[in-house]
Amino acid sequence: MSTRRIFAQPARYAAIAPYLWMVLFFLVPFGFVLKISLSQTAIAQPPYVPVFDFSEGWIAIKAAFAQLSFDNFRLLISDSLYISSYLRSVVVAVTSTLILLLIGYPIAYGMARLPQRWQPIAMMLVIVPFWTSFLIRIYAWINILQHDGLLNKILLALHLVSSPVVWLSTDSAMYLGIVYSYLPFMILPLYATLSKMDPSLLEAASDLGSSPLQAFWLVTFPLSLPGVGAGALLCFIPIIGEFVIPDLLAGSGSMMIGQTLWLEFFTNKDWPVAAAAAVALLVLLVPPLLLYDRLQRRTLEGAK
Amino acid sequence: MSGQSPEIDTAKINTAVAQATPMAPADDTPLLRIEGVSKKFGSFRAVDRLSLDIKAGEFFALLGPSGCGKTTLLRMLAGFETPDEGRVLLGGRDIAPVLPHERPVNMMFQNYALFPHLSVRDNIAFGLKRAGMARAAIDTRVGEMVALVKLDGLEKRRPDQLSGGQKQRVALARSLARRPKVLLLDEPLAALDKKLRESTQLELMELQRRLGMTFIVVTHDQEEAMTMANRIGVMDAGRLEQVATPRDLYEAPASRWVAEFVGDVNLFDGEVTSHAHHRLTIATGDAGNIVVAEHRQMATGTAVSVAIRPEKVKLWHQGPASDAGNPQAVNRLAGVVADVSYLGGSTVYKVKLDSGAVVRSSMANTTRLDIHSYGVGQRVVAWFTPDDGVVLER
Repeated sequence: MSTRRIFAQPARYAAIAPYLWMVLFFLVPFGFVLKISLSQTAIAQPPYVPVFDFSEGWIAIKAAFAQLSFDNFRLLISDSLYISSYLRSVVVAVTSTLILLLIGYPIAYGMARLPQRWQPIAMMLVIVPFWTSFLIRIYAWINILQHDGLLNKILLALHLVSSPVVWLSTDSAMYLGIVYSYLPFMILPLYATLSKMDPSLLEAASDLGSSPLQAFWLVTFPLSLPGVGAGALLCFIPIIGEFVIPDLLAGSGSMMIGQTLWLEFFTNKDWPVAAAAAVALLVLLVPPLLLYDRLQRRTLEGAK
Repeated sequence: MSGQSPEIDTAKINTAVAQATPMAPADDTPLLRIEGVSKKFGSFRAVDRLSLDIKAGEFFALLGPSGCGKTTLLRMLAGFETPDEGRVLLGGRDIAPVLPHERPVNMMFQNYALFPHLSVRDNIAFGLKRAGMARAAIDTRVGEMVALVKLDGLEKRRPDQLSGGQKQRVALARSLARRPKVLLLDEPLAALDKKLRESTQLELMELQRRLGMTFIVVTHDQEEAMTMANRIGVMDAGRLEQVATPRDLYEAPASRWVAEFVGDVNLFDGEVTSHAHHRLTIATGDAGNIVVAEHRQMATGTAVSVAIRPEKVKLWHQGPASDAGNPQAVNRLAGVVADVSYLGGSTVYKVKLDSGAVVRSSMANTTRLDIHSYGVGQRVVAWFTPDDGVVLER
């Protein structure tokens, strides 16, 4: 009994740690953002009202509470700017995720079939770009894609084009940047599921009359679905809120929600609307997050 | 045991050994012919110029220690490995260019390799769908298979919801569903516990007899091979050491290696000193002169080993008995009981001979009361008849 208690206590404290983390670094800041999203913009410091001042007593706080409203959320729905930014974010995230899957799956598949001793090296090569700052890599792409950049020089030298092509500030450049940046997040979970797969299953499929292509579609692919789901959500969720890549590589024609948020916050100094947009984005992300959680749980149960 | 004079009709045993051939089919063209097949992995020869004929309807076992090449040979038959040399003929046709998914051969995998995302029913139907069978026919066949391996009521389960024994049955049903000409079984019972293994052995035999299919089973378990197979091929280092019926393998091993690998054996090295009336006299260092019945002519001085199974070595209480006391007890080895292991059905005695060598004797415990046993330190005579020894050239 006593030994059990000795071991049980630290374990119980350790179990609190993630919740403490959640409260301190997610729920409390989210509470602030939520409060700001319900406030009104003002030319003041901070740039919104009401401000809770706990020194002014209970009645003042109650009055401040009464001032909170959902006006900003109404604006999000009524102004097409926000809706179109959300839609663009979803379209970009879905399209990018599909491209990532199409490119990432064959790479992960190839890696999983490499001889055992080459696999860690292939994995290193996938991770190696992380050693350079993300921002520097995006600037490098600007350099490659610009009017007199490397890409145009090569195309001109090979006589594939007669005059420089406009790459920068296009959707193509943005997709290129997103796919380039997120590819490891797609490859790694796919590789993890594919490399765990029992090779005798493919032999069994072949023994039972499947051609290699049939064996892939009937056995390998269905069994890799948890990896597909994990990779897709690992890419989809951060891409939806992506700011840097569309801001640096895409044109200024239409914005993703991250860009709209930035604009409201820094250019318009409208913190309440920016906060409302952020809260709305979070609500938008909850369903895919829950889906990811469920998928992961199912994978864990399947592994038992 | 004392006072008993066991009489052994050697002639009867010899005919029994000779007659114990498998129920071989009348047609003598083999269903499967393996001709000088080799498989190299790097510089290692996993299978080394091996030839073997297997007849239709046989239950054939490939027996050998791990790494002997038996699984590689099986995988070549399934088409997962390509022979570097030699040919494999199935029904007279070279199957080397036939891809695994086009061979009329199915395999039951050691780890079963059930598709985890498919139900029992869909696992069994997998091969039938690939064969383009009609839906109704698939349903009928799956139903038959489920009944055959007694899986009724489990059709909708996923493999991870099945016990080890049930998984084994699904794997068997799946590999039988396409009605292959040859069913290859890679250690089919290795993952089952002892009791289940024994009952499943009998079921497999019964199934094979009922379906009249040719089974080739790979196993490292000699008891399993002996129980199930009509014929056993013993493999070592990529070669077949001996192909024989279970009885011949045990009673007439072809080499010292086979004698030692299959069952327990006492071995005495020596050389032939005389040959008369089909009896060889062999002078051994450990057990003096041993007389063994042997039809082969062997030159004096030939280096040989004499192999005697422990259950053929009987013990006597008294000191050296005369030939007159028991004419069969030609070979008598005096010694002291050094160790007694009671195993239930039998007791194994280790007798330390006066020469220092140890002879094992296994005696059936035919009575419940402890009246015929021998104690450690007791002086005994271990004896065996000329027919009980096997002469193996070294």
